[in-house]
Amino acid sequence: MADEVILEYLHMEIVNYIYRSSEKPDQDNCLSKLESIGYRIGQSLVERFTKDGTRFKDELDTMKFICKDLWNFVYKKQIDNLRTNHQGVYVLQDNKFRFLTQLSNGKQYMDYAPKLLALPCGLMRGALANLGINSIVTAEVTAMPACKFQIQIQRT
Amino acid sequence: MSRQGTRGVDPRKVNGELFTLTYGALVAQLLRDYEDDDEVNKQLEKMGYNIGVRLIEDFLARNNSSRCNDFRETAEIISKVGFKMYLGITPVVSNWSPAGDEFSLLIENNPLADFVELPPGHNNLNFSNLLCGVLKGALEMVQMDVDVRFVQDQLKGDNITELRLKFLRRLEDAIPVGED
Repeated sequence: MADEVILEYLHMEIVNYIYRSSEKPDQDNCLSKLESIGYRIGQSLVERFTKDGTRFKDELDTMKFICKDLWNFVYKKQIDNLRTNHQGVYVLQDNKFRFLTQLSNGKQYMDYAPKLLALPCGLMRGALANLGINSIVTAEVTAMPACKFQIQIQRT
Repeated sequence: MSRQGTRGVDPRKVNGELFTLTYGALVAQLLRDYEDDDEVNKQLEKMGYNIGVRLIEDFLARNNSSRCNDFRETAEIISKVGFKMYLGITPVVSNWSPAGDEFSLLIENNPLADFVELPPGHNNLNFSNLLCGVLKGALEMVQMDVDVRFVQDQLKGDNITELRLKFLRRLEDAIPVGED
């Protein structure tokens, strides 16, 4: 579908804008800006998704929703692997992450990858927050285009 | 996908909404970064331009369209093929200038502005200014220098959203210095 392309272009341009507009290359600040844009998207997205749905049974049920439905809508596939230690840490592995498929598979763009993952991290955190789960989401790339997202549930 | 039935969401629709929401979040960030609406417009146009110069390649790769004979043909392609393919809408081409070098695209329901209400005090903001940049960038890559701007915007209370395109000149392929 052609309209998927424009989302990818838009995302890349958002990343470029954020880095272009900060006066000195301040990696942390840029990443957190991207994260907060993603957070906002995740929040509103999940609101529209779930308004007619049934209530989630528990945390794991919510996670499954994120891995299956949300992932499918946003990244056009399901998560390849979901693991948890049952103490509030979930690791989601995507073997072919949508926003990384345009980059070369070698090591060349490893430094660039975190920029493309900040917004998706925020998106997930925003989605979870709106479903009543506070969390910290981080991502790492070991080999392109696969990546792992780690979700740490914050219980208070 | 056991849940899909129960959530009752049309994936095709959501795909468009995801784009809309992403764009909305971007504009919100720009409004935080710049106090001046004109500056936000400028940044949006610049981003659109960067998207446009790349999007045209995708466009040409997907379509077997041949070279346009005149600006009228270009207008039709922009509306019926370009907008249709990427945003799922077909703007009405109208208000041609007598010389045939200027026309308007009338947009009834702008997908970029779904769920949007302009906050008070942003009268100069062209929310969808990205579109101007995309069109300008894309057309520049096919040797057309075109001026694109918003004349009316439903977000500002107008009846319709109107984009005005003015053909300025044909660009010649620039040959790098020292090459013949």
